[in-house]
Amino acid sequence: MSSVLYDAQGPRAKRRNVLYTALFVVAFAAVVWWVYQALDDKGQLAWSLWKPFFSGTEAYSTYIWPGLENTLKAAALAMVIALPLGAVLGISRLSDHVWVRVPAAIVVEFFRAIPVLVLMIFGLAIFAQYTDVSSDDRPFYAVVTGLVLYNASVLAEIVRAGILALPKGQSEAAMAIGLRKGQVMRLILLPQSVTAMLPAIVSQLVVIVKDTALGGAVLTFPELLASANTMAGYYGNIIASLTVVAAIYIVINFSLTSFASWLESRLRRRKKSTGVVLGFQDVADIAGTAATGDGVGAGAGPAGLV
Amino acid sequence: MFDFLDKYDVLGAFWTTVQLTLLSAVGSLVWGTLLAAMRVGPVPLMRGFATAYVNIVRNIPLTVIILFSSLGLNQTLSIHLGAHDFPTINFRLAVLGLIVYTATFVCEAIRAGINTVPVGQAEAARAIGLSFSQVLFLVVLPQAFRAAVGPLTNVLIALTKNTTVAAAIGVAEAAFLMKQMIENEAELLAISAVIALGFVCLTLPTGLILGWVGKKVAVKR
Repeated sequence: MSSVLYDAQGPRAKRRNVLYTALFVVAFAAVVWWVYQALDDKGQLAWSLWKPFFSGTEAYSTYIWPGLENTLKAAALAMVIALPLGAVLGISRLSDHVWVRVPAAIVVEFFRAIPVLVLMIFGLAIFAQYTDVSSDDRPFYAVVTGLVLYNASVLAEIVRAGILALPKGQSEAAMAIGLRKGQVMRLILLPQSVTAMLPAIVSQLVVIVKDTALGGAVLTFPELLASANTMAGYYGNIIASLTVVAAIYIVINFSLTSFASWLESRLRRRKKSTGVVLGFQDVADIAGTAATGDGVGAGAGPAGLV
Repeated sequence: MFDFLDKYDVLGAFWTTVQLTLLSAVGSLVWGTLLAAMRVGPVPLMRGFATAYVNIVRNIPLTVIILFSSLGLNQTLSIHLGAHDFPTINFRLAVLGLIVYTATFVCEAIRAGINTVPVGQAEAARAIGLSFSQVLFLVVLPQAFRAAVGPLTNVLIALTKNTTVAAAIGVAEAAFLMKQMIENEAELLAISAVIALGFVCLTLPTGLILGWVGKKVAVKR
């Protein structure tokens, strides 16, 4: 294994590496041993606490599966609503008319500056005060509302960045052959930017799935984390339950992330398109703020050190 | 309309939010830089550890991590992090959870920064006989950090918003106060406006100022 950051290893470097590896193993083993001791002291490694997950399906059919279903339902619904909303907002921000551009910008920047939990709490109160949604359904509505408001504004930025990242020649050529502004957007820019945005949209789905857990912890929405909590109360195994639930989240999100980066590399390699792709890091940057959002999509192509 | 504010310590709650943000920011910057150094370093085991850590922790919801630190670490394993009263314990647990989670994003931001450093810089550094740690800490990272100010600012802003998750374990920060006020007062819109304004005041200037700093310090290439 070599890298531009260090030389090919000679005998001394190899010995040093063995030393570092040994030190690291010792430190890591010490941490593992300490965790094991701590868990064992409190009897958290008893088989009876972990048994529900390895034998029988009761834990899955009663708690985990219904919770997971709610998580995925909320995430999917939020994505489906936020996507068109985000597209409209993103395109509005690129409008030539000030009275369209500025309000869209204000809406997007406002909802990106506010934590999604605050939006969910707000949604819950709004539904309680102004609608007759039953109190059982309210947390679900509130979670989806919060997720939609926040993610529509993030997706708006993704759409905007995707369109801005396309080469200028595309819209110039389209205008040269006499297309109107709407046609340029609808026929030329949007179709190309959608492919460029696909990896970013999948990455955003990971964020949505993770944020549904907020609804469970604060709004009593019975999603995966909340049902894990109930399950832990029933079996008396909070550490085991949370570990299993964390593993489920990891599997879901890791597959989504891997899919996104596979898409990204595939689209980058493709010769047919303009080669513009918005990747994982771009989404992380967009999720932050307005002021530093430029340069998104510009870093296309792995040319650096690592 | 805003009379109810007298009864609540809104500034105090936002001060807690700021404290959570700053402490976690420092902690995750240190831990994230270490992770990034391990990820690009010559020791395969450390590289593997850092990669696995980032990929695992990044994919767990922050809420799960924070709940685990409270229900698992504190209530089941009786780890108190040196504090004796509940508010302090929960505050420290929340900071711990935020550091563990945010460090993965810091690591990725710094790696993106390292990627902007031209290959010639590292090659020249090696050519004059610098060791890996000298190449990394004297030549590459100083340039990488200047390029990473932008991405790191975004991580900081995301962190500011993420501190609200601490409400899940009862840390009395802004979102927790908002929930309390909504339960006790009728002025829903006014309450929401105050809290939203508070967060806008925290995140927008951070973005503008650090965005300007980032442009100022970035290496012109």
